Amino acid sequence: MTEFPGATGLVLNEPLLWERGRRGRCGFSLPSRDVERRPAPAALTAAGPDFPDLSEVDVVRHYTRLSTWNFSVDAGMYPLGSCTMKYNPKTNERQAAHPGLAGAHPLLPADLCQGALELMAALECLLAEITGLDAVTLQPGAGAHGELTGMLVFHAHHRHQGKPRSKIIVPDTAHGTNPASASLCGYRSVAIASNANGVLSPEAVAAVMDDQTAGIMVTNPNTLGLFEENVKAIADIVHARGGLVYCDGANMNAVLGMVHMGRMGVDVLHLNLHKTFSTPHGGGGPGAGPVCVARHLEPFLPVPRVRLVDNRYVLSEDFPLSIGKLQAFWGNTANLVRAYSYILTMGAEDLKRVSQLAVLNARYIKERLKGIYHLPYDRPCMHECVFSDSLQQAHKVNTLDIAKRLMDYGFHPPTIYFPLVVPGAIMIEPTETESKEDLDLFIESMKAIATEAREAPDRLHQAPTRAKRRRLDETAAARKPCLTG
Amino acid sequence: MRYLPHTLEDIAEMLKTVGVESLDGLFASIPADCRRSAPMVLPHPLTEWELNAHIDRLAGRMAAGPAYKVFIGAGSYEHFIPASVGFLTSRSEFVTSYTPYQPEISQGTLQAIFEYQTLAARLLGMEVANASMYDGASALAEGLLMAARITRRSKVAVSRAVHPLYRRVVETYLKPTDIEVREIPFGPDGTTLLSAVADPAELAAVAVQSPNFFGCIEDVAAVSGRAQAAGALCVAAFSEPLAFGLFKNPGSLGADIACGEGQSLGIPRAFGGPGLGMFASRMQYVRNMPGRLVGETKDLEGRRGFVLTLSTREQHIRREKATSNICTNNSLCALTAAVYMASLGGTGLRELAQLNYDKAEYLKSQLRAAGIRLPFGAATFNEFVAAFPDGFDAVHSRLIAKGIVAGLPLGTYYPELKNHYLLCATETMSRDDLDALAREVAS
Amino acid sequence: MKDVSELKFPEELGYVESHEWVRTEDGRARIGITDYAQDQLGDVVYVELPAPGKSLAKGAPFGSVESVKAVSELYLPIGGTVVEINAALENSPELVNSDPYGRGWMIVIEPSQSEDLKGLLSVQAYREKLKG
Repeated sequence: MTEFPGATGLVLNEPLLWERGRRGRCGFSLPSRDVERRPAPAALTAAGPDFPDLSEVDVVRHYTRLSTWNFSVDAGMYPLGSCTMKYNPKTNERQAAHPGLAGAHPLLPADLCQGALELMAALECLLAEITGLDAVTLQPGAGAHGELTGMLVFHAHHRHQGKPRSKIIVPDTAHGTNPASASLCGYRSVAIASNANGVLSPEAVAAVMDDQTAGIMVTNPNTLGLFEENVKAIADIVHARGGLVYCDGANMNAVLGMVHMGRMGVDVLHLNLHKTFSTPHGGGGPGAGPVCVARHLEPFLPVPRVRLVDNRYVLSEDFPLSIGKLQAFWGNTANLVRAYSYILTMGAEDLKRVSQLAVLNARYIKERLKGIYHLPYDRPCMHECVFSDSLQQAHKVNTLDIAKRLMDYGFHPPTIYFPLVVPGAIMIEPTETESKEDLDLFIESMKAIATEAREAPDRLHQAPTRAKRRRLDETAAARKPCLTG
Repeated sequence: MRYLPHTLEDIAEMLKTVGVESLDGLFASIPADCRRSAPMVLPHPLTEWELNAHIDRLAGRMAAGPAYKVFIGAGSYEHFIPASVGFLTSRSEFVTSYTPYQPEISQGTLQAIFEYQTLAARLLGMEVANASMYDGASALAEGLLMAARITRRSKVAVSRAVHPLYRRVVETYLKPTDIEVREIPFGPDGTTLLSAVADPAELAAVAVQSPNFFGCIEDVAAVSGRAQAAGALCVAAFSEPLAFGLFKNPGSLGADIACGEGQSLGIPRAFGGPGLGMFASRMQYVRNMPGRLVGETKDLEGRRGFVLTLSTREQHIRREKATSNICTNNSLCALTAAVYMASLGGTGLRELAQLNYDKAEYLKSQLRAAGIRLPFGAATFNEFVAAFPDGFDAVHSRLIAKGIVAGLPLGTYYPELKNHYLLCATETMSRDDLDALAREVAS
Repeated sequence: MKDVSELKFPEELGYVESHEWVRTEDGRARIGITDYAQDQLGDVVYVELPAPGKSLAKGAPFGSVESVKAVSELYLPIGGTVVEINAALENSPELVNSDPYGRGWMIVIEPSQSEDLKGLLSVQAYREKLKG
C-alpha cells in the first residue's frame, strides 16, 4: 500500500495579531537612552498608530503557528508550472546574511563597497556567459520589472533611431505580465495565436509585423512547455522590419547550457533569479529580474552600471542613452548574492545537468500520466507539461477539483487554468530537484485522483479536507472587500 | 551534486520510460540554429566551505559592522533588528513558499499579509494598503500613474525635495507615457515651496515626501488642501516610516495615496535591496490600485480565512489593461515589517521614534556648538543637512580612514548644495559616537 | 455552466451578439446582459457603469462586469445618452446573476438614432448565434 505524504496532524489555531495584544507589553529591546528627550513641535506630532502591544513570546508563537499553515518547497513537492519551485539551497541564505553584505549601506563611497561591486560585476559576466548575450543589468526587482526594463530599452532604441513605434506582438500563450509591461510603454499588444503544434509559425508573425511594430515578446520554451522551434526564422522576420526580439526567460531552467540566446536572435532577455537561479520565492517575492541584452542595446541599460576603472570598481552614471533607473538603488542585492552563490556552487556541467534533469522529470510525468489525463499537445515537452480536465469533465469534475484534491494527498497543486489556450489547463513543472521516488508518488496520487473522479467524484468536490481550511469563499471576498482588520 | 537527487540508475530507468536514449536526446526539438556551439565557460564549482571563504573575502571588503560608523540615511536606514525578527522570517514555511494562489494551504502567508496590510494602513493613517511593491521609488512612480488613471489628467508636480533617486525612477517610468513631470522647488527652510505649484487644475497629482530627502517635515495638509481643491490628488511619499511613530501620518493630513519605502521596519540595508515598497490609498480608489491585496472571507464551514482578492485589477486577468504589470512583489519583506511592527507595538514604536528624533537633535546641537551651519530651519526626523566650509571633502576622506562616514555629499544631486552633507543618526548611534562625529568634523 | 437550452431569453427583448439585451420603454432603452452572459461569467462581484449624462456611440464600451477571475467589457447595443444607471448593483452585483432581465438591469439610454433599435437581433436570431 502506497503511503502518500498528505496527512492530518495537530494544527494550532491562532487569532489575529490585535486579538492577542495587551496594552503595556513590548517584544523589543529598546536601546538605553543616553541623550535627553526633546519635545518635537506639538503641531506636527500625533499619538502614533494603534498597534497591538505584544511580548516577544506572543510574536514568536503567533508567527510560528502561522508558518505551519503554509505549504513550502522545504516541506514537499511544489510542481507549479512556470514558477520553477526548485529547492532553495541553505548555504545561499548564509552568504546573503553575511553582515558585511546584509549590513552595507547602498550609498557608501566606492572604496568602502568593493566587495559588493565585485560580486555584481562577476554575476553580470556569469549571466552573460550562461545566456549567450553581451551585457547585463541587475537592477530590476522581479521578472515583470525586467520585462518593463526590456520594453523601455525597446522604446529608447526606436526613439534613438528617430522612429518610435506603437505596437508589440505578444503570443496568446504569453504570461499576463508581457502585455501589461508593454502597455506601460504605450505599446498596443497585437495577439497572435500559436499553431496546431502549440508553437508560433513564422507566417503568423510575418502577417502582422510591420514598421509600426516595435518587436515581439516570446517566451521560450513557451508556457505549453514546448520549445519555439521557429524562433530563429521569426527573429529574422522581425529584424528585417527593424523590430527587436524580447525573450521572457521565465523558463530558462529548461535550456541551461543548451541554448545560446544570442544565436537564437534574441536582443533582450530577462531572467528570474527566483526561478532558475534558486533564490527563494518568499511567499510572493522579493525576486530579482536581471536583463541581458545584445551588444547594440547595451547603451540603453539602466544606470548606474558597475565598471572596473584602474583596478577599482565604481558605479558609473556615464551612459547618456540609458533608460534611467528602475529602483532607487542597485537591485535586490541579497538575491544577487544567493544566485551568485548558486552558480559558483554548480559550475557549468551541473547547471547543464539541472536542465537535463528538469526536462527528464517533466517528460517522465508526461509519459506516465498520458491517457489518464488529456494531453492537448502530445509533443516532446521541455521542463513542464500541460494536461487538461477534459477526460474528467464527464464525471462533472474539473481542474479546480483535481487541484484541491492533490492537497489532501500532500502535494502543492500545479498551475491551473493557464495557459489560456488550453481550457482547464493543468500545468506541471516538477523541476530537477525532485527525486524519482517523489515523482512516482505524485504520479500515483494523480492516478488515484483520476480513479476517484470516476468512482467518488464528490471526494474531489469536497476537497481539500485535510488542509487548515476548506475551500474559501472568494466571491464574498471580492463583493464586500475586507482588506484590513 | 547535492541538490540533484537522481542516481544513474534513476536516470536510465526514466529515460527508458520516456523512450529517449540519452539526456541530450531530450532536447531534440531544439534546432541547431538556437544551440550553443560550445559549452558554457564558468568557474570550477566551489565546495560549501570554499564558497564561505570566497563570500567572506568579498564581504570583508565592505564598510559594514562595528568597525564603521556610517552617518548616512538617505532612504536606507540602520536600525536595530531583534534576533526574533530574523529567526521568524527565516522559517522555511515562509521563505520557500510561492505566492498564495492556493489559499487552503497558504493561510500562514495570507493571514500575515492581511495583518501587514492592516498595520501598514494604521501606520500611514490610510484606509487600505496593498501587499507590497518593489521599493519606495517604484511605489512612487506607480502612485503617480494611479493618480493619472483616476483623474484622467496627464501632468504631475513632484517636489524637488523628494529623494533624487526616486525622482529618477519616476522619470524612467513616465518617459514613454504622455505624462509630464513638473518640478516644484524647495524653499530656504528645506521644505517644498507650495506657492510655486502652477495651474493645479491641470494636475493629476502633487507629490511631496515627508520627512523629505533633507529629513524635513513637509506641510502635507497644505499640499492635500491645495491639490484637492483643484481636483488633483495628494501623493505623499516617504522613505522613513518610523517617523510616523512621532509625527502625523500622511492619512491624517489628507493624503489620497501614500507610497514609499519600508526598509526601516526591520529589513537589513543589504546594499540597497530588497527593500519594501509600501502603497496605500483611500478605499474609494482601491480598484485603481496596483499590486496584490489579501482579503478576509470564510471557508465552507464558516471559519475565518484569507484569500487574494480584487485580482481583476491585475495582469494575470486584465493583461494589457491591468493597473500595473507587477506580479512578484516583496512579500517576505512585508512579512518582516509586520513582525517588526508587532514586536515594537504601539508603545515601542512611539518610544523608538522619539529616541531617533532625540539622537538627531542631539547631534544637531553638538554640531551647532562646534560652529557648523545647519541651513534648513524646518523640523526634521532622523536626518538633516549640514553646510560645511570649503575643503570639507578632505576632512570627509580623512574620517573614512578612521572608520567614520560623515554623511552623504549633496553636490552630486543638488549642484547648489556644494559642501552640504546629509547626516543621519538613528537609535544605533551612541552619544559617544555622536560626540566623536561632532568633534572630528569641527577639527 | 448550463446548456443553452436551460437558459432563458424573453421574447420581447432585442439582443446583440456581445450578449447585451435591450428593452424598449417609451422610446428609451433599458440595457443589461443576457442569461447566457451571466452564466458564462459566474458569480458577478462588481459592475462598473458610466456616469449619467454621458453620450456614447453604438458599439462603444460603456462599462465592465467582473467575476472573481474574469472581466468582460460591456458594449452599447445602440448609440445615445445615459439617462439612468442601476445604483443597486453597486452593493448587490449578484442581481446580475439572479435576475439578469429584471433587477439586474444596468443602464437606460436615450437613443440618438431610433434606427439603431431596428438592428437588434430577435430571440430566435440570438439563439442561432449562440449555437454558432
